[in-house]
Amino acid sequence: MMTETQLLVWLRGPALQVAIAIFVVGVAVRLLEVLVLGRKADLAEARGSAVAGGMRTILMRSFPDRATLQRAAFTEITGYIFHIGFFVTLLFYAPHILLFNSALGISWPALPTPVIDATAVVTIITLVAVLIHRLTNRVMRFLSRFQDYLVWLLTILPVVTGYIAFHRIGVTPPILIAIHIISVELFLIVFPFTKLMHAFTLFMSRYYNGAIAGYRGVKS
Amino acid sequence: MSKDNTLGEILRKQGVSRRGFLKFCAATASLMALPPGMAPVIAQALEKARRPSVIWLSFQECTGCTESLTRSYSPTVEGLIFDAISLDYHHTLMAASGTAAEAAREAAMEQSYGNYILVVDGSIPTRNAGFSTIAGVSNRDMLLDTARGAAAIVAVGTCAAFGGIPHANPNPTGAVSVSDLIKDKPIINVSGCPPIPVVITGVLAHFLTFGAIPDLDSHGRPVAFYGKSIHDRCYRRPFYDRGLFAESFDDEGAKSGWCLYKLGCKGPTTYNACATTKWNEGTSFPIESGHPCLGCSEPDFWDGGGFYKAISTPTEDIGRTAVYAIGGGAAAGLALGAINRAKRNKAEKEHEQVTIDDLEKGD
Amino acid sequence: MSGLTNSEDLKVVPGEFLTGNVQPLLHEIRHAMGRLLDEGEATVIDLRSIPLAPGEEDRLLRELGRGEVAAHLSALGPSELVESRFPGVWIVTHYNSDSEVIGRFIEVCDMPGLLKAQQDDIRDGLAALEARLACSTDA
Repeated sequence: MMTETQLLVWLRGPALQVAIAIFVVGVAVRLLEVLVLGRKADLAEARGSAVAGGMRTILMRSFPDRATLQRAAFTEITGYIFHIGFFVTLLFYAPHILLFNSALGISWPALPTPVIDATAVVTIITLVAVLIHRLTNRVMRFLSRFQDYLVWLLTILPVVTGYIAFHRIGVTPPILIAIHIISVELFLIVFPFTKLMHAFTLFMSRYYNGAIAGYRGVKS
Repeated sequence: MSKDNTLGEILRKQGVSRRGFLKFCAATASLMALPPGMAPVIAQALEKARRPSVIWLSFQECTGCTESLTRSYSPTVEGLIFDAISLDYHHTLMAASGTAAEAAREAAMEQSYGNYILVVDGSIPTRNAGFSTIAGVSNRDMLLDTARGAAAIVAVGTCAAFGGIPHANPNPTGAVSVSDLIKDKPIINVSGCPPIPVVITGVLAHFLTFGAIPDLDSHGRPVAFYGKSIHDRCYRRPFYDRGLFAESFDDEGAKSGWCLYKLGCKGPTTYNACATTKWNEGTSFPIESGHPCLGCSEPDFWDGGGFYKAISTPTEDIGRTAVYAIGGGAAAGLALGAINRAKRNKAEKEHEQVTIDDLEKGD
Repeated sequence: MSGLTNSEDLKVVPGEFLTGNVQPLLHEIRHAMGRLLDEGEATVIDLRSIPLAPGEEDRLLRELGRGEVAAHLSALGPSELVESRFPGVWIVTHYNSDSEVIGRFIEVCDMPGLLKAQQDDIRDGLAALEARLACSTDA
């Protein structure tokens, strides 16, 4: 029977190493699998710069376009909110920055903890709204598969368990912290096998589309 | 002093006025972390209480727990409680030694069989009985023998409660805690390295007053003192909540008394009364003096990932893991990519057609 | 560490954002005084049970100040029972014979119980006085 201290040391140690290893190997494999296939050579004459088009598209697709906003306002807006909220909570909370500093050697200023606290709440509420939309909207329900729900759960768990651990609601704090770390390690391990890969592949797909258009001299 | 006198009679004989006795009860209530309104209840109970016999066994320990307890010896509340109990055996404190001391222990056991309180500090080595002996008797044998007639056992200090520093990696002596060896007696774990002295005497006072063991948590520690974490009672908590942390031991944040989370404070995962009861009669406690909490009342705190590593940091070298993983992943990715290329080229050559099944794969 | 010649330089000065225990405690005392007036109910607050930041206890005691009565008790070491500048609010501090604080309470009552003479002690005192008088009539 492990004590709570031993459990936390194991979670912060070997378990984290395994999770990171699986995450990095998984992402590397999935990206290289595609990249190594290469693209078909475009035999037409270049009318513009592929690279410029590609880079431009990577940047510009981060902003909403009017048509999509009109047709899928809910998805667009909630998408922005929870993505930004998720990253702010992850990257600008002081104890998290310590973790990144430990692993990567770099550090950056943190935001005040009450701001992070509020952001976490907004993120959780938005993610719940997103799930409700997915369940109640006919089209969304029709398109949704098991993986969509799984990925939603894996994403919201770290935010919720982190919030609970910070505010210490429920079981003993060491267990709450342990649950939070487990949820993160679960997220990392399952990540490369799911649509969460979009976090990395989005750059590739935006670039490809932009490059194709740029090569032909049109705006993407 | 006769064991048959009640505590009230003993105090009167010592010349303590009733007023003095009431002052003693008020201070004892505070010491036991009970509300002040309980003082009259304590007064009533103590008046009628009889002096329990206490046998104190010291095993693999540094004597810090005994030191912590005997810091102030003159008639303080702690001192009085010690007078109120009959400390029949304590091989560090008692004048006798060797066979005379052991005879005293056996006599006390026989006289109060079934009723004496056994206090233990220090862990018990199990890898070799000879690692720690008293008068030629191994710790393990002495514990098992003395525990037989005990009404209850108080394991004082993290060593006795959880194994403590001898139990830390690689545990060369096979050190174990009291509760690892004794399974059939009530055990109260008063952990801490050392425990706060008033917590030790508070537990004894509880026996005197109520004749029963206090409510215990899942680690066998009295909830009255170990029910809240340091973090939940720390006066620096507002700084944590606002995200104001000391980055090093001598920066402006440290000088302003900001939260010590980044310096490795284990307050969030540690349960003890340090933040309210404090040390040295309420003078201060480690965090107030500028040092992060070590978590000394928790099991395995020595192996808890480093005293100066924040709780949110990894305990292994993650950077190195990531580098190896990138290398391995790249190799695997290139290999799989090459296989994919070969498959694609073959499919092109053989003019394979894409079917609906291919498209629905991975759904 | 460069240039540190004085231990005063190491002194921790609590940041401006202090824990706000003083204000709530004063409110608690205010409510207790109300109860004392309306229902005759006394209240005792154990200051040891509250996590006070360094300097907060001093601030609180300074706010309460001293009033008309200061009593000194010598039993098992000294004790000070001082009425604050708010009548009915007493600060009771118990020391052991090494002058170490072993308890500090704020009692909201008309008089702390320890100031009253106890029945047992009066009985003992009466016996002692009778013995003394018996001696003098013999002489």
